[in-house]
Amino acid sequence: MSDQTLNPETMPEQPERATLEGKNKFLGFWFFLGGETVLFASLFGTYLALRNSTNDGPGAEELFGLELVFVMTMLLLTSSLTSVYAMYHMKNNSFGKMQLWLGITVLLGLGFLGCELYEFYHYIHGEGFTLRSSAFGSAFYTLVGFHGGHVTFGLLWIIALMVRNAKRGLNLYNAPKFYIASLYWHFIDVVWVFIFTVVYLMGVI
Amino acid sequence: MDFFDRFAIPHPSPVIYASMVAIALTLVAIVAGVTYTKKWGYLWREWLTTVDHKRIGMMYLISALLMLFRGGADAIMMRAQTALPENTLLDSQHYNEIFTTHGVVMIIFMAMAFIMALMNFVVPLQIGARDVAFPRLNALSFWLYFWGAMLFNISFVIGGSPDAGWTSYFPLAGNEFSQSVGTNYYMIAIQIAGLGTLITGINFIVTILKMRAPGMKLMKMPMFTWSALITNLIIVFAFPVLTVALAMGTIDRLFGGNFFTTTDGGMDMLWANLFWVWGHPEVYILILPAFGIYSEIIPTFARRNLYGYKSMVASIVLISVLSFVVWVHHFFTMGQGAMVNSIFSITTMAIAIPTGIKIFNWLFTLWKGKITITVPMLYSLGFIPIFTIGGVTGVMLGMSAADYQYHNTMFLVAHFHLVIIPGVVFAMLAGLTYWWPKMFGFMLNERIGKLSFWLISIGTCVAFFPMFISGLDGQARRMYTYSEATGFGIWNMISFVGAIMLAAGFVTIVYNIYYSTRYASRDISSDPWDARSLEWATHTPVPDYNFAITPQVNSSEAFWDSKKNGHKLFPGNYKEIHMPNNSGVPFIMSAIFFVLGFALVFSIWILAVIALLGIFACLAHRSFEQDHGYHIPVEEVKETEEKLGGARQ
Ligand code: HEM
Ligand SMILES: [Cu+2]
Repeated sequence: MSDQTLNPETMPEQPERATLEGKNKFLGFWFFLGGETVLFASLFGTYLALRNSTNDGPGAEELFGLELVFVMTMLLLTSSLTSVYAMYHMKNNSFGKMQLWLGITVLLGLGFLGCELYEFYHYIHGEGFTLRSSAFGSAFYTLVGFHGGHVTFGLLWIIALMVRNAKRGLNLYNAPKFYIASLYWHFIDVVWVFIFTVVYLMGVI
Repeated sequence: MDFFDRFAIPHPSPVIYASMVAIALTLVAIVAGVTYTKKWGYLWREWLTTVDHKRIGMMYLISALLMLFRGGADAIMMRAQTALPENTLLDSQHYNEIFTTHGVVMIIFMAMAFIMALMNFVVPLQIGARDVAFPRLNALSFWLYFWGAMLFNISFVIGGSPDAGWTSYFPLAGNEFSQSVGTNYYMIAIQIAGLGTLITGINFIVTILKMRAPGMKLMKMPMFTWSALITNLIIVFAFPVLTVALAMGTIDRLFGGNFFTTTDGGMDMLWANLFWVWGHPEVYILILPAFGIYSEIIPTFARRNLYGYKSMVASIVLISVLSFVVWVHHFFTMGQGAMVNSIFSITTMAIAIPTGIKIFNWLFTLWKGKITITVPMLYSLGFIPIFTIGGVTGVMLGMSAADYQYHNTMFLVAHFHLVIIPGVVFAMLAGLTYWWPKMFGFMLNERIGKLSFWLISIGTCVAFFPMFISGLDGQARRMYTYSEATGFGIWNMISFVGAIMLAAGFVTIVYNIYYSTRYASRDISSDPWDARSLEWATHTPVPDYNFAITPQVNSSEAFWDSKKNGHKLFPGNYKEIHMPNNSGVPFIMSAIFFVLGFALVFSIWILAVIALLGIFACLAHRSFEQDHGYHIPVEEVKETEEKLGGARQ
């Protein structure tokens, strides 16, 4: 594909799906998210099966407080919103604004990760609650940790895209890449909403 | 020395030392051979970095055949050990190891790879596409599979093989009862290969949904493509469960997790559930492509179109849905109540309905057909009765109350071999013989092929029918020996004879490949079987770009129509063709996965971290590069087409 077709004056309605490659990526990514859904469903199932197997160690009620988790939820939800802004600017072909909003998204994501690390640190050193404590511990750290791993991966991905394309600007080759990264980010956000509900809310109530 | 102790084999034997020497010698021979013939550059440019679905298919094929022999060697050893009562050929530990590796190698590294081989080669051609949707991911899938297989296969010479069965039930597979690193290999090698499979799943769904030739509506797709689509859907929704199960098994074994332990609150049945939530769909991942292959071969050699196309599609869709709701039938005896067992009994037996529909459709296709008996057709005809026996005994096992009698006996072993061998192995051999001329430009010898067929099909019956009897008499599976007084001896001896026949059959296949490579005529047409679907419409050997002009489709047998009814398959003129670039990253990244896996198996954390960074570097590289592929100019397309005999218009 020549440079003109990839760099039109105005972006088409849906730049992420303007090329065949973009369309394929888009569809493939949805199936990938389907697989990820099954993955998290298995982890949730495991968590639900094991959450009362505390082996006489601390259980959900004693451990979890909602304040920090609420802040984390807000951070992640807001970051989803800011990534929507970024995609809005992508469709308007204003690259600078897109980068700006992606940058804010990344900062919010980093804030979330920082809280999560603090939370884990607190459980391990404050409460002596570890992966090895009980089946509940294994299930908790694996589920929440898998999610945290996804957040980390998503951040690295978005940062890589931002750095790499900083000089290139927006075109039909990288528009699908940005778009898909933002989809991934939304997915992580949705999973967190379930974690918030199933692990934390149901844990303390 | 402590550090090195972990690499020692816990139960060494002369056979293992001999294998070590053999592996080392083979590696030296390969390296020396390639260096001597100065083929490194060729190997790298044409194969290791290729993103061409046809070459990737061929590499899967070679790997699958190698794994067939690896798994076959285990099988022969098992049957030899049990051929006589109280035999001492193998000790119990060694026997445990080989039945474990036999199962894993045959299912994950042989059958899956064979399916991937044919799917890769055939599906893009059948739908008239240039390649798959994501050619580079396709290469990544293959190399992840390849390096996963390598990791699994070095286990028996470094650190010891897994020995807890291919189902690896906990607590047996936990640290307490499986102390060697063997089960680590199981958890991690399958994880790496499974990642590749998942990527293939996504890739082929998108390929089939988005890359079909104009006019090929969903209901005009060839049946093999249909089965590939459904298979890959099952892959995408079943494999993540295995990913999670293996990850949790790894956490238990390496980091002291408590998912499946019997102390500290763990739940051993959780493994059994997760394993079979993946495991039962997995057996349909194996069988559906086979159904697809038979649905291509039977119409071709019965010289009429497939009977009941729509019901064929409906039944595979139904099978795929049902395959997710039957998993409990693998452990009826392990503690659910009567209610749960009954529900899963019913869903299990329900699978026989769509399966039966397919069987009848094949029979109706044969009915009134003008049948030519070729090797692919022989396998298809042999498949029907033997598979039916396997399926009917499956329904017997599916009745939960009766299963208390059959469970974990040789009866079960007979059941699944009599579905998997005619289902998967026959189909793969049939497909191999059928598509071989398209892949390699010559045909396999029919006479040797028929000999292989008879050896393999009679061998299958001789090897596995006796197990029904000894199983009903109470012979448990996975026991390394039994006493003379049980009376099992005779049945096991017959099985051994059957196993030898099977082995002989596989040797004749290799001989056939050798013989035909040397002597078969290279002067064959691009459509030697007078077949019906698009893969036969292009040249042999297939040019890099598959089709010079995108075919125009109007029915489920467009190529047949173009031959018999004057349908114009290739309208228009040559155009420039856009192609993907080769890349070494998939190979390198997967090799780093191998290093990562090895480091995890032996808990060498520093190496694991370095490998992980390497993987991230490969991913970043991908995200950083700007790769638009290249174009084949019109003149070059024209030249190639003229050389190969001109596009069929
Ligand atoms: C009508 C179709 C089928 C039915 C009703 C059926 C039923 C069953 C049942 C109930 C079991 C568990 C028995 C026990 O553990 O006591 C079983 C095991 C098994 N089946 Fe089937 N089956 C069917 C088709 C297939 C097919 C098509 C395949 C493979 C291509 C297959 C592969 C297996 C395997 C590998 C096992 C044993 C796994 C193990 O424990 O190692 N089955 N089947
Ligand atoms: Cu099953």
